[in-house]
Amino acid sequence: MTDSTHSAQPGPLWVNAEITYRCPLHCVFCYNPLNYASTFDKELSTEEWVRVLREARELGAVQLGLSGGEPLLRDDLEEIIAEASKMGYYTNLLTSGIGLTEKRIAAFKANGLDQIQLSFQDSSKELNDFLSSTKTFDLKLKVAKLIKQYDYPMVLNVVLHRLNIDHIEQILQMAERMQADHVELANSQYYAWAFKNREYLMPSREQLERAEIICNQFRERLGNKMKLYFVVPDYYSDRPKACMNGWGSVFLNIAPDGLALPCHEARMLPELAFPNVRDHDVRSIWFDSHAFNAYRGNSWMPEPCRSCDEKEKDFGGCRCQAFMLTGDAANTDPVCSKSPHHTLITDQVALAQGSRAADDQVRPLIIFRDDKNSRQFMQ
Amino acid sequence: MSIVHPQPLRLARQYKLKWETTQNAYVLLYPEGLIKLTGSAGEILKRIDGKSSAPDIINALEASYPGVDLKQDVIDFLEHAHNKGWITRD
Repeated sequence: MTDSTHSAQPGPLWVNAEITYRCPLHCVFCYNPLNYASTFDKELSTEEWVRVLREARELGAVQLGLSGGEPLLRDDLEEIIAEASKMGYYTNLLTSGIGLTEKRIAAFKANGLDQIQLSFQDSSKELNDFLSSTKTFDLKLKVAKLIKQYDYPMVLNVVLHRLNIDHIEQILQMAERMQADHVELANSQYYAWAFKNREYLMPSREQLERAEIICNQFRERLGNKMKLYFVVPDYYSDRPKACMNGWGSVFLNIAPDGLALPCHEARMLPELAFPNVRDHDVRSIWFDSHAFNAYRGNSWMPEPCRSCDEKEKDFGGCRCQAFMLTGDAANTDPVCSKSPHHTLITDQVALAQGSRAADDQVRPLIIFRDDKNSRQFMQ
Repeated sequence: MSIVHPQPLRLARQYKLKWETTQNAYVLLYPEGLIKLTGSAGEILKRIDGKSSAPDIINALEASYPGVDLKQDVIDFLEHAHNKGWITRD
Protein backbone atom coordinates (compact mmCIF):
# COMPACT_ATOMS: atom_id res chain seq x y z
CA MET A 1 0.00 0.00 0.00
CA THR A 2 1.25 3.45 -0.84
CA ASP A 3 1.39 6.22 1.75
CA SER A 4 -1.16 8.28 -0.15
CA THR A 5 -3.76 5.50 0.10
CA HIS A 6 -2.96 5.10 3.77
CA SER A 7 -3.48 8.76 4.63
CA ALA A 8 -6.67 8.99 2.55
CA GLN A 9 -8.21 5.96 4.24
CA PRO A 10 -10.67 6.96 6.99
CA GLY A 11 -11.22 4.76 10.02
CA PRO A 12 -14.06 2.23 10.24
CA LEU A 13 -17.58 3.62 10.69
CA TRP A 14 -19.36 0.39 11.48
CA VAL A 15 -18.28 -2.36 13.84
CA ASN A 16 -20.04 -5.69 13.92
CA ALA A 17 -19.22 -7.50 17.14
CA GLU A 18 -19.97 -11.19 16.75
CA ILE A 19 -19.76 -11.82 20.46
CA THR A 20 -20.46 -15.56 20.24
CA TYR A 21 -21.14 -18.16 17.57
CA ARG A 22 -23.10 -20.23 20.06
CA CYS A 23 -26.76 -20.27 19.07
CA PRO A 24 -29.88 -22.11 20.16
CA LEU A 25 -31.15 -22.02 16.55
CA HIS A 26 -29.82 -24.10 13.68
CA CYS A 27 -30.85 -22.06 10.66
CA VAL A 28 -30.23 -23.64 7.30
CA PHE A 29 -29.14 -20.31 5.72
CA CYS A 30 -26.77 -19.18 8.48
CA TYR A 31 -23.81 -17.11 7.27
CA ASN A 32 -21.56 -17.95 10.22
CA PRO A 33 -18.48 -19.92 9.18
CA LEU A 34 -18.92 -23.68 8.82
CA ASN A 35 -16.22 -24.29 11.42
CA TYR A 36 -17.77 -21.82 13.90
CA ALA A 37 -17.48 -24.35 16.74
CA SER A 38 -13.70 -23.83 16.68
CA THR A 39 -14.23 -20.47 18.43
CA PHE A 40 -16.14 -21.83 21.44
CA ASP A 41 -13.12 -22.09 23.74
CA LYS A 42 -11.53 -18.86 22.50
CA GLU A 43 -14.23 -16.21 23.01
CA LEU A 44 -13.05 -12.72 23.91
CA SER A 45 -13.62 -11.68 27.52
CA THR A 46 -15.76 -8.72 28.55
CA GLU A 47 -12.64 -6.62 29.14
CA GLU A 48 -11.27 -7.51 25.71
CA TRP A 49 -14.53 -6.51 24.00
CA VAL A 50 -14.63 -3.21 25.85
CA ARG A 51 -11.04 -2.44 24.86
CA VAL A 52 -11.66 -3.30 21.19
CA LEU A 53 -14.82 -1.19 21.05
CA ARG A 54 -12.99 1.74 22.61
CA GLU A 55 -10.15 1.45 20.09
CA ALA A 56 -12.58 1.38 17.18
CA ARG A 57 -14.59 4.28 18.59
CA GLU A 58 -11.40 6.35 18.79
CA LEU A 59 -10.95 5.80 15.05
CA GLY A 60 -14.46 7.14 14.41
CA ALA A 61 -16.65 4.02 14.44
CA VAL A 62 -20.21 4.96 15.43
CA GLN A 63 -22.53 2.13 14.38
CA LEU A 64 -22.26 -1.01 16.51
CA GLY A 65 -23.93 -4.32 15.74
CA LEU A 66 -24.02 -6.81 18.61
CA SER A 67 -24.48 -10.03 16.80
CA GLY A 68 -23.63 -13.71 16.74
CA GLY A 69 -24.62 -16.52 16.87
CA GLU A 70 -27.11 -15.51 19.49
CA PRO A 71 -25.62 -12.60 21.45
CA LEU A 72 -28.09 -13.16 24.30
CA LEU A 73 -26.09 -16.25 25.22
CA ARG A 74 -23.39 -13.94 26.61
CA ASP A 75 -24.40 -12.97 30.12
CA ASP A 76 -22.11 -9.92 29.93
CA LEU A 77 -24.19 -8.42 27.10
CA GLU A 78 -25.73 -5.90 29.53
CA GLU A 79 -22.25 -4.72 30.49
CA ILE A 80 -21.00 -4.54 26.89
CA ILE A 81 -24.08 -2.49 25.94
CA ALA A 82 -23.56 -0.12 28.86
CA GLU A 83 -19.90 0.46 27.99
CA ALA A 84 -20.54 0.87 24.24
CA SER A 85 -23.38 3.26 24.89
CA LYS A 86 -21.21 5.38 27.20
CA MET A 87 -18.60 5.55 24.45
CA GLY A 88 -21.24 7.07 22.17
CA TYR A 89 -22.01 4.17 19.85
CA TYR A 90 -25.40 3.71 18.24
CA THR A 91 -26.03 0.20 19.54
CA ASN A 92 -27.99 -2.48 17.69
CA LEU A 93 -28.80 -5.92 19.00
CA LEU A 94 -29.31 -8.55 16.29
CA THR A 95 -31.17 -11.41 17.84
CA SER A 96 -33.41 -14.42 17.37
CA GLY A 97 -35.12 -13.22 20.55
CA ILE A 98 -34.47 -16.51 22.31
CA GLY A 99 -33.41 -15.65 25.85
CA LEU A 100 -34.78 -12.12 25.82
CA THR A 101 -36.64 -11.91 29.10
CA GLU A 102 -38.34 -8.81 30.46
CA LYS A 103 -35.56 -8.46 33.03
CA ARG A 104 -32.92 -8.39 30.32
CA ILE A 105 -34.71 -6.00 27.97
CA ALA A 106 -35.30 -3.62 30.89
CA ALA A 107 -31.56 -3.70 31.64
CA PHE A 108 -30.70 -3.14 27.96
CA LYS A 109 -33.00 -0.15 27.87
CA ALA A 110 -31.52 1.28 31.06
CA ASN A 111 -28.00 0.69 29.72
CA GLY A 112 -28.69 2.64 26.54
CA LEU A 113 -29.38 0.03 23.82
CA ASP A 114 -30.77 1.92 20.81
CA GLN A 115 -32.29 -0.79 18.67
CA ILE A 116 -33.29 -4.45 18.54
CA GLN A 117 -33.53 -6.37 15.30
CA LEU A 118 -35.62 -9.47 15.69
CA SER A 119 -35.40 -12.34 13.22
CA PHE A 120 -38.21 -14.61 12.15
CA GLN A 121 -37.72 -17.56 9.82
CA ASP A 122 -41.30 -17.56 8.53
CA SER A 123 -44.84 -16.43 9.28
CA SER A 124 -45.90 -19.95 10.12
CA LYS A 125 -44.94 -21.76 13.27
CA GLU A 126 -44.40 -24.99 11.37
CA LEU A 127 -41.85 -23.63 8.86
CA ASN A 128 -40.20 -21.23 11.32
CA ASP A 129 -39.54 -24.13 13.64
CA PHE A 130 -38.41 -26.44 10.84
CA LEU A 131 -35.96 -23.91 9.34
CA SER A 132 -34.39 -23.15 12.72
CA SER A 133 -34.73 -26.75 13.91
CA THR A 134 -36.23 -25.50 17.17
CA LYS A 135 -39.58 -24.70 18.71
CA THR A 136 -39.14 -20.97 18.88
CA PHE A 137 -41.99 -19.32 16.99
CA ASP A 138 -44.20 -18.63 20.00
CA LEU A 139 -41.23 -17.30 22.00
CA LYS A 140 -40.43 -14.87 19.20
CA LEU A 141 -44.00 -13.57 19.23
CA LYS A 142 -43.64 -12.88 22.96
CA VAL A 143 -40.36 -11.06 22.38
CA ALA A 144 -41.95 -8.93 19.66
CA LYS A 145 -44.48 -7.78 22.29
CA LEU A 146 -41.70 -6.97 24.76
CA ILE A 147 -39.90 -4.89 22.12
CA LYS A 148 -43.04 -2.80 21.65
CA GLN A 149 -43.69 -2.62 25.36
CA TYR A 150 -40.22 -1.18 25.94
CA ASP A 151 -40.84 1.42 23.26
CA TYR A 152 -38.24 0.20 20.82
CA PRO A 153 -38.82 0.59 17.11
CA MET A 154 -39.94 -2.76 15.73
CA VAL A 155 -37.25 -3.93 13.32
CA LEU A 156 -38.00 -7.29 11.77
CA ASN A 157 -35.65 -9.40 9.78
CA VAL A 158 -36.81 -12.35 7.70
CA VAL A 159 -34.35 -14.17 5.44
CA LEU A 160 -36.15 -15.24 2.27
CA HIS A 161 -35.47 -18.31 0.14
CA ARG A 162 -37.17 -20.95 -1.95
CA LEU A 163 -38.88 -22.59 1.01
CA ASN A 164 -40.56 -19.50 2.49
CA ILE A 165 -40.70 -16.86 -0.24
CA ASP A 166 -44.19 -17.89 -1.34
CA HIS A 167 -45.39 -16.91 2.16
CA ILE A 168 -44.40 -13.32 1.57
CA GLU A 169 -47.92 -12.01 1.92
CA GLN A 170 -48.41 -13.78 5.26
CA ILE A 171 -44.97 -12.63 6.42
CA LEU A 172 -45.85 -9.02 5.64
CA GLN A 173 -49.25 -9.39 7.29
CA MET A 174 -47.47 -10.66 10.39
CA ALA A 175 -45.13 -7.65 10.26
CA GLU A 176 -48.10 -5.34 9.95
CA ARG A 177 -49.86 -6.95 12.90
CA MET A 178 -46.70 -6.45 14.95
CA GLN A 179 -46.68 -2.80 13.86
CA ALA A 180 -43.19 -3.17 12.46
CA ASP A 181 -41.44 0.10 11.66
CA HIS A 182 -38.76 -1.47 9.53
CA VAL A 183 -38.79 -4.82 7.72
CA GLU A 184 -35.80 -6.39 6.04
CA LEU A 185 -36.70 -9.13 3.62
CA ALA A 186 -33.33 -10.09 2.26
CA ASN A 187 -32.98 -13.19 0.19
CA SER A 188 -30.38 -15.57 1.46
CA GLN A 189 -26.93 -14.93 0.03
CA TYR A 190 -25.03 -18.09 -0.68
CA TYR A 191 -22.21 -18.26 1.81
CA ALA A 192 -21.30 -20.76 4.50
CA TRP A 193 -24.36 -22.86 5.50
CA ALA A 194 -26.51 -21.23 2.84
CA PHE A 195 -23.90 -22.18 0.23
CA LYS A 196 -24.09 -25.80 1.40
CA ASN A 197 -27.87 -25.63 0.94
CA ARG A 198 -27.83 -23.40 -2.12
CA GLU A 199 -29.82 -25.62 -4.46
CA TYR A 200 -32.60 -25.98 -1.91
CA LEU A 201 -32.67 -22.29 -1.02
CA MET A 202 -32.47 -20.49 -4.35
CA PRO A 203 -35.88 -19.24 -5.46
CA SER A 204 -37.02 -19.34 -9.07
CA ARG A 205 -37.36 -16.15 -11.08
CA GLU A 206 -41.11 -16.58 -10.98
CA GLN A 207 -41.11 -16.79 -7.18
CA LEU A 208 -38.99 -13.64 -6.93
CA GLU A 209 -41.17 -11.67 -9.31
CA ARG A 210 -44.32 -12.61 -7.45
CA ALA A 211 -42.74 -11.70 -4.10
CA GLU A 212 -41.61 -8.34 -5.38
CA ILE A 213 -45.10 -7.50 -6.68
CA ILE A 214 -46.60 -8.29 -3.28
CA CYS A 215 -43.93 -6.23 -1.51
CA ASN A 216 -44.72 -3.29 -3.74
CA GLN A 217 -48.43 -3.58 -2.92
CA PHE A 218 -47.64 -3.35 0.80
CA ARG A 219 -45.27 -0.43 0.14
CA GLU A 220 -47.91 1.49 -1.74
CA ARG A 221 -50.51 0.93 0.93
CA LEU A 222 -48.32 1.54 3.99
CA GLY A 223 -45.78 4.06 2.69
CA ASN A 224 -43.22 5.02 5.31
CA LYS A 225 -45.32 3.66 8.15
CA MET A 226 -43.56 0.36 7.56
CA LYS A 227 -40.24 0.73 5.75
CA LEU A 228 -39.81 -2.31 3.60
CA TYR A 229 -36.52 -3.55 2.18
CA PHE A 230 -36.61 -6.36 -0.33
CA VAL A 231 -33.27 -7.71 -1.53
CA VAL A 232 -33.02 -10.21 -4.40
CA PRO A 233 -30.21 -12.78 -4.46
CA ASP A 234 -27.23 -11.30 -6.30
CA TYR A 235 -27.20 -14.39 -8.56
CA TYR A 236 -30.15 -12.76 -10.32
CA SER A 237 -28.25 -9.61 -11.28
CA ASP A 238 -25.68 -9.13 -14.00
CA ARG A 239 -23.58 -6.72 -11.97
CA PRO A 240 -22.08 -7.61 -8.59
CA LYS A 241 -23.05 -6.04 -5.31
CA ALA A 242 -20.79 -3.30 -3.94
CA CYS A 243 -19.82 -5.72 -1.21
CA MET A 244 -19.25 -3.98 2.17
CA ASN A 245 -18.99 -0.73 0.20
CA GLY A 246 -15.45 -1.83 -0.59
CA TRP A 247 -12.95 -3.99 1.25
CA GLY A 248 -11.68 -2.33 4.43
CA SER A 249 -13.66 0.79 3.58
CA VAL A 250 -16.22 1.28 6.38
CA PHE A 251 -16.98 -2.10 7.96
CA LEU A 252 -15.04 -4.00 10.61
CA ASN A 253 -16.21 -7.43 11.75
CA ILE A 254 -14.82 -8.90 14.94
CA ALA A 255 -15.40 -12.63 15.32
CA PRO A 256 -15.96 -14.25 18.75
CA ASP A 257 -12.34 -15.41 18.92
CA GLY A 258 -11.04 -11.91 18.18
CA LEU A 259 -10.28 -12.36 14.51
CA ALA A 260 -10.67 -9.02 12.72
CA LEU A 261 -12.30 -9.34 9.32
CA PRO A 262 -13.44 -6.94 6.57
CA CYS A 263 -16.75 -8.85 6.33
CA HIS A 264 -18.67 -11.70 7.96
CA GLU A 265 -17.28 -14.29 5.58
CA ALA A 266 -13.63 -13.44 5.02
CA ARG A 267 -12.36 -16.07 7.46
CA MET A 268 -12.69 -18.52 4.56
CA LEU A 269 -9.96 -16.80 2.51
CA PRO A 270 -6.91 -19.00 3.09
CA GLU A 271 -4.09 -16.72 1.98
CA LEU A 272 -4.79 -13.74 4.21
CA ALA A 273 -3.55 -14.14 7.76
CA PHE A 274 -6.24 -12.09 9.45
CA PRO A 275 -5.03 -10.24 12.51
CA ASN A 276 -6.46 -10.92 15.95
CA VAL A 277 -7.47 -8.13 18.32
CA ARG A 278 -5.69 -10.08 21.07
CA ASP A 279 -2.36 -9.42 19.31
CA HIS A 280 -2.87 -6.02 17.67
CA ASP A 281 -4.78 -2.83 18.34
CA VAL A 282 -7.60 -1.84 16.00
CA ARG A 283 -5.61 1.06 14.54
CA SER A 284 -2.78 -1.11 13.29
CA ILE A 285 -5.23 -3.79 12.12
CA TRP A 286 -7.30 -1.33 10.11
CA PHE A 287 -4.53 0.76 8.62
CA ASP A 288 -1.42 -1.42 8.54
CA SER A 289 -2.34 -5.10 8.32
CA HIS A 290 -1.72 -6.87 5.03
CA ALA A 291 -5.18 -8.46 5.19
CA PHE A 292 -7.10 -5.18 5.41
CA ASN A 293 -5.02 -3.62 2.63
CA ALA A 294 -5.06 -6.62 0.29
CA TYR A 295 -8.17 -5.55 -1.69
CA ARG A 296 -8.43 -1.87 -0.81
CA GLY A 297 -8.69 0.60 -3.65
CA ASN A 298 -8.35 -0.90 -7.13
CA SER A 299 -4.68 -1.50 -7.80
CA TRP A 300 -5.13 -5.22 -7.00
CA MET A 301 -7.77 -5.71 -9.70
CA PRO A 302 -7.18 -7.99 -12.66
CA GLU A 303 -9.15 -7.74 -15.90
CA PRO A 304 -12.02 -7.35 -16.62
CA CYS A 305 -12.32 -5.12 -13.50
CA ARG A 306 -9.11 -3.17 -14.12
CA SER A 307 -10.33 -1.47 -17.30
CA CYS A 308 -14.02 -1.41 -16.29
CA ASP A 309 -15.64 1.99 -15.86
CA GLU A 310 -17.87 0.59 -13.07
CA LYS A 311 -15.01 -0.49 -10.80
CA GLU A 312 -15.51 2.48 -8.48
CA LYS A 313 -19.18 1.61 -8.20
CA ASP A 314 -19.10 -2.08 -7.30
CA PHE A 315 -15.41 -2.62 -6.37
CA GLY A 316 -15.41 -5.82 -8.42
CA GLY A 317 -18.07 -7.37 -6.16
CA CYS A 318 -17.42 -9.83 -3.38
CA ARG A 319 -13.97 -11.33 -2.72
CA CYS A 320 -15.40 -14.28 -0.83
CA GLN A 321 -17.84 -15.16 -3.60
CA ALA A 322 -15.01 -14.91 -6.15
CA PHE A 323 -12.92 -17.26 -3.99
CA MET A 324 -15.71 -19.75 -3.31
CA LEU A 325 -16.73 -20.06 -6.95
CA THR A 326 -13.45 -19.55 -8.86
CA GLY A 327 -10.74 -20.42 -6.33
CA ASP A 328 -9.13 -16.95 -6.50
CA ALA A 329 -10.38 -14.10 -4.32
CA ALA A 330 -8.88 -11.49 -6.68
CA ASN A 331 -11.02 -12.59 -9.61
CA THR A 332 -14.02 -10.56 -10.70
CA ASP A 333 -17.11 -11.67 -8.81
CA PRO A 334 -18.72 -14.21 -11.18
CA VAL A 335 -22.08 -12.46 -10.72
CA CYS A 336 -20.76 -9.89 -13.19
CA SER A 337 -21.70 -10.72 -16.78
CA LYS A 338 -18.22 -9.52 -17.80
CA SER A 339 -16.60 -12.25 -15.66
CA PRO A 340 -15.21 -15.19 -17.66
CA HIS A 341 -16.74 -17.36 -14.91
CA HIS A 342 -20.25 -15.93 -15.19
CA THR A 343 -21.70 -19.28 -16.33
CA LEU A 344 -21.07 -20.56 -12.78
CA ILE A 345 -23.90 -18.22 -11.81
CA THR A 346 -26.18 -18.60 -14.80
CA ASP A 347 -26.00 -22.40 -14.64
CA GLN A 348 -27.09 -22.30 -11.01
CA VAL A 349 -29.90 -19.87 -11.80
CA ALA A 350 -31.03 -22.13 -14.65
CA LEU A 351 -31.19 -25.06 -12.20
CA ALA A 352 -33.42 -23.03 -9.90
CA GLN A 353 -36.03 -22.67 -12.66
CA GLY A 354 -36.59 -26.42 -12.79
CA SER A 355 -39.66 -28.11 -11.44
CA ARG A 356 -39.77 -28.07 -7.67
CA ALA A 357 -39.22 -31.19 -5.69
CA ALA A 358 -41.84 -31.70 -3.01
CA ASP A 359 -40.95 -30.24 0.38
CA ASP A 360 -40.87 -33.65 2.03
CA GLN A 361 -38.23 -34.77 -0.49
CA VAL A 362 -36.08 -31.66 -0.01
CA ARG A 363 -36.21 -31.38 3.75
CA PRO A 364 -34.16 -34.49 4.61
CA LEU A 365 -31.35 -33.28 2.31
CA ILE A 366 -30.85 -29.93 4.02
CA ILE A 367 -27.79 -29.43 6.22
CA PHE A 368 -28.55 -27.69 9.50
CA ARG A 369 -26.17 -25.34 11.25
CA ASP A 370 -25.38 -27.24 14.38
CA ASP A 371 -22.35 -27.98 16.50
CA LYS A 372 -22.05 -31.58 15.36
CA ASN A 373 -21.96 -30.58 11.69
CA SER A 374 -19.63 -27.68 12.46
CA ARG A 375 -17.13 -29.98 14.19
CA GLN A 376 -17.12 -32.14 11.07
CA PHE A 377 -16.26 -29.10 8.97
CA MET A 378 -13.41 -28.28 11.37
CA GLN A 379 -11.54 -31.41 10.31
CA MET B 1 -48.67 16.53 0.01
CA SER B 2 -46.30 19.38 0.64
CA ILE B 3 -43.79 19.20 3.45
CA VAL B 4 -44.47 22.90 4.14
CA HIS B 5 -47.12 22.44 6.79
CA PRO B 6 -47.64 23.77 10.33
CA GLN B 7 -47.39 20.29 11.87
CA PRO B 8 -44.05 19.57 13.60
CA LEU B 9 -41.53 17.21 12.05
CA ARG B 10 -39.66 14.49 13.85
CA LEU B 11 -37.12 11.83 12.96
CA ALA B 12 -38.66 8.43 12.27
CA ARG B 13 -38.31 6.11 15.24
CA GLN B 14 -35.56 3.96 13.84
CA TYR B 15 -33.30 6.88 12.89
CA LYS B 16 -30.85 8.70 15.08
CA LEU B 17 -28.82 11.81 14.28
CA LYS B 18 -25.41 12.20 15.90
CA TRP B 19 -22.64 14.77 15.63
CA GLU B 20 -19.37 12.92 15.15
CA THR B 21 -16.23 14.90 15.89
CA THR B 22 -13.96 12.35 14.19
CA GLN B 23 -15.99 12.62 10.97
CA ASN B 24 -16.52 16.36 11.45
CA ALA B 25 -20.08 15.74 10.30
CA TYR B 26 -23.57 14.74 11.36
CA VAL B 27 -24.24 11.06 10.83
CA LEU B 28 -27.72 9.62 10.36
CA LEU B 29 -27.91 6.11 11.77
CA TYR B 30 -30.50 3.41 11.15
CA PRO B 31 -30.68 -0.39 11.39
CA GLU B 32 -28.21 -1.90 8.93
CA GLY B 33 -26.66 1.35 7.84
CA LEU B 34 -25.59 4.93 8.24
CA ILE B 35 -25.26 8.05 6.14
CA LYS B 36 -22.62 10.70 6.65
CA LEU B 37 -24.43 13.97 5.96
CA THR B 38 -23.15 17.02 4.10
CA GLY B 39 -22.87 20.25 6.10
CA SER B 40 -26.17 21.71 4.93
CA ALA B 41 -28.09 18.44 5.35
CA GLY B 42 -26.80 18.22 8.92
CA GLU B 43 -27.76 21.85 9.61
CA ILE B 44 -31.33 21.11 8.51
CA LEU B 45 -31.78 17.73 10.19
CA LYS B 46 -30.41 18.89 13.54
CA ARG B 47 -33.34 21.31 13.74
CA ILE B 48 -35.86 18.48 13.52
CA ASP B 49 -36.84 18.11 17.16
CA GLY B 50 -40.47 17.00 17.19
CA LYS B 51 -41.59 20.60 17.89
CA SER B 52 -40.52 22.60 14.84
CA SER B 53 -42.48 22.52 11.58
CA ALA B 54 -40.95 22.99 8.13
CA PRO B 55 -41.76 26.74 8.14
CA ASP B 56 -40.16 27.05 11.62
CA ILE B 57 -37.01 25.36 10.35
CA ILE B 58 -36.86 27.60 7.27
CA ASN B 59 -37.25 30.69 9.50
CA ALA B 60 -34.54 29.51 11.88
CA LEU B 61 -32.12 28.84 9.03
CA GLU B 62 -32.87 32.19 7.40
CA ALA B 63 -32.13 33.87 10.72
CA SER B 64 -28.82 31.99 10.98
CA TYR B 65 -27.79 32.78 7.40
CA PRO B 66 -29.21 36.25 6.70
CA GLY B 67 -29.31 37.34 3.10
CA VAL B 68 -29.08 33.80 1.72
CA ASP B 69 -32.05 32.57 -0.29
CA LEU B 70 -32.23 29.01 0.95
CA LYS B 71 -35.96 28.38 1.22
CA GLN B 72 -36.34 26.19 -1.87
CA ASP B 73 -33.20 24.16 -1.08
CA VAL B 74 -34.49 23.46 2.41
CA ILE B 75 -37.90 22.43 1.10
CA ASP B 76 -36.27 20.17 -1.50
CA PHE B 77 -34.10 18.51 1.14
CA LEU B 78 -36.97 18.05 3.61
CA GLU B 79 -39.06 16.47 0.85
CA HIS B 80 -36.16 14.17 0.01
CA ALA B 81 -35.78 13.23 3.69
CA HIS B 82 -39.52 12.63 3.95
CA ASN B 83 -39.57 10.44 0.83
CA LYS B 84 -36.66 8.46 2.24
CA GLY B 85 -38.63 7.90 5.44
CA TRP B 86 -36.05 9.65 7.64
CA ILE B 87 -38.55 12.22 8.88
CA THR B 88 -42.25 12.16 9.52
CA ARG B 89 -44.90 14.46 10.79
CA ASP B 90 -47.53 12.11 12.15
